[in-house]
Amino acid sequence: MSIVSALKGDMPQQARSLYRQLLRQGEQFQAYNFREYAKRRTRDAFRENMNVEDPRQIQDLIQKGLKELQVMKRQTVLSQFYQLDRLVVEGGMAGKDKGKSGDTTRQKDTGWD
Amino acid sequence: MANIATSALRQASRLGLKQSFASTPLRISRYASRTAVAATAQASQRTYVSETKRDNAQVNIETAIKLDKKDFMNDKGELVMPGSGAPANATVSPMAEVLKEATLMEEGQRPIYLDMQATTPVDPRVLDAMLPFFVGIYGNPHSRTHAYGWESEKAVEAAREHIANLIGADPKEIIFTSGATESNNMSIKGVARFFGRSGKKKHIVTSQTEHKCVLDSCRHLQDEGFEVTYLPVQNNGLISIEDLEAAIRPDTAIVSIMAVNNEIGVIQPLEEIGKLCRQKKVFFHTDAAQAVGKIPLDVNAMQIDLMSISSHKIYGPKGIGACYVRRRPRVRLDPIISGGGQERGLRSGTLAPPLVVGFGEACRIAKEEMQYDSKRIKTLSDRLLKGLLALEHTAQNGDPNRFYPGCVNVSFAYVEGESLLMALKDIALSSGSACTSASLEPSYVLRALGNSDESAHSSIRFGIGRFTTEQEIDYVLKAVQERVTFLRELSPLWELVQEGIDLNTIEWSQH
Repeated sequence: MSIVSALKGDMPQQARSLYRQLLRQGEQFQAYNFREYAKRRTRDAFRENMNVEDPRQIQDLIQKGLKELQVMKRQTVLSQFYQLDRLVVEGGMAGKDKGKSGDTTRQKDTGWD
Repeated sequence: MANIATSALRQASRLGLKQSFASTPLRISRYASRTAVAATAQASQRTYVSETKRDNAQVNIETAIKLDKKDFMNDKGELVMPGSGAPANATVSPMAEVLKEATLMEEGQRPIYLDMQATTPVDPRVLDAMLPFFVGIYGNPHSRTHAYGWESEKAVEAAREHIANLIGADPKEIIFTSGATESNNMSIKGVARFFGRSGKKKHIVTSQTEHKCVLDSCRHLQDEGFEVTYLPVQNNGLISIEDLEAAIRPDTAIVSIMAVNNEIGVIQPLEEIGKLCRQKKVFFHTDAAQAVGKIPLDVNAMQIDLMSISSHKIYGPKGIGACYVRRRPRVRLDPIISGGGQERGLRSGTLAPPLVVGFGEACRIAKEEMQYDSKRIKTLSDRLLKGLLALEHTAQNGDPNRFYPGCVNVSFAYVEGESLLMALKDIALSSGSACTSASLEPSYVLRALGNSDESAHSSIRFGIGRFTTEQEIDYVLKAVQERVTFLRELSPLWELVQEGIDLNTIEWSQH
């Protein structure tokens, strides 16, 4: 959904849409730390402002969110161009290759060099 | 039909006209006739001819923003530059490519970064604010004669205001420098030289746990004939106010005490020191490189006269810092760098707008996020500290109550710190400040606390920041527990300790 059409909907739906877009965009960060931060910060910010009732304030917050979304869209694309190896913590969380039979396993013997 | 034919003819003639600039008349007629045929054929199929739009070549910013990761991927999941068909990872580190081809890894290879006191990653929001100044806005902020200069200057002044807001100062009191080291040098040498010139004020007070750049500036001033008092610290790393009061003399020019220590993270009582200095009419300089943006600071409430700030410790770019110089009552200093008179004449040289803007944005974010970040860092720090102190024979260095939670310094007895660092290759850690990490000397900060050589050797600093996650902390705890146990198993000293022998009672034979 584009930003323009999101602005036309009613407020709760608009907020939910923004939330989803932010989370989805945050997932695109190449760097593990930024990715986790983007998702966590989005969740925490929405949770923190869950009970805001004033429509003016909601509109301000949504504007802020849209601004962050634009920043994130630019920065996630940028981060894709400069890929680095993944962090040592990342593999386990992905729940993929655990070295069980049939899985791809670590072929390099670590700890010797 | 007549309508179609005329429009086709019109199009053909237009195409022919476009060509006529470059080619011969003979070619025009041939080309024109061919296109006329093609156009009529197409027109009879489509029943209308669409006009070419004039704004086809314009770039739409909105669509540029809306581009997604998927737009840059081909079907194999490789990254592709928008223009070319080749994968775009030519700039990727060569190692990543080698690893990808050599073997499939279950996990990544990059170590976890836990050295936030040395430097921090640049926040994507900061980078986003900086990029326009690398791409298009390149004016010299000191150019007053054209719009290029004005737009840069406006951005620089906005950044200055963000920095001033963060420490409760006036924007005019912020001087941009290359970093906290330069700010420290400028403050200490500047004030000392300015007031030492008359020969009345020839004394400087600082503490033993200061950063190397403060201590070295003082050493240089000693060569110039100044007297320097290096205040000792208590066992918890804090200086005592009584000691400071006793050290201040009538001819003291400046007192320099850091706000947050870079190795053990203790927070000095700035407010009391500021009050004392103001009362004794001595300038108070604080090195707040590790404190700004992490703990609340207010230069007026704390009566600070000079303050050094660094950008790369608060998720900003490297290569920029600032010095707060109070205007009322005015602090006068001798500039180290003279030249075009920028920055109130205290630090000449053209400013770097991209870095300044990034620094300003980092300060704005730090102010906005301080509460959220401190809460989170406190939680992570408690988790880490609890886990580490659960190991036997470990101790935290520095005051357990007055320290910045993002800096955890722990001693692991009977383990060599450097060998533990080697064993923890998958975690980027340091035993002390980055400046001294090349040498194997025990940290002078820990020695100043009264720790023994062994204890200072076995200390490791963990730096937690905005982007640290719980998983990383858990990974670190597990890795440290495993490897400390492993290294202790190897150690004969540990065996003796387990047998209940006090190591101090052993008489080691001479060789």
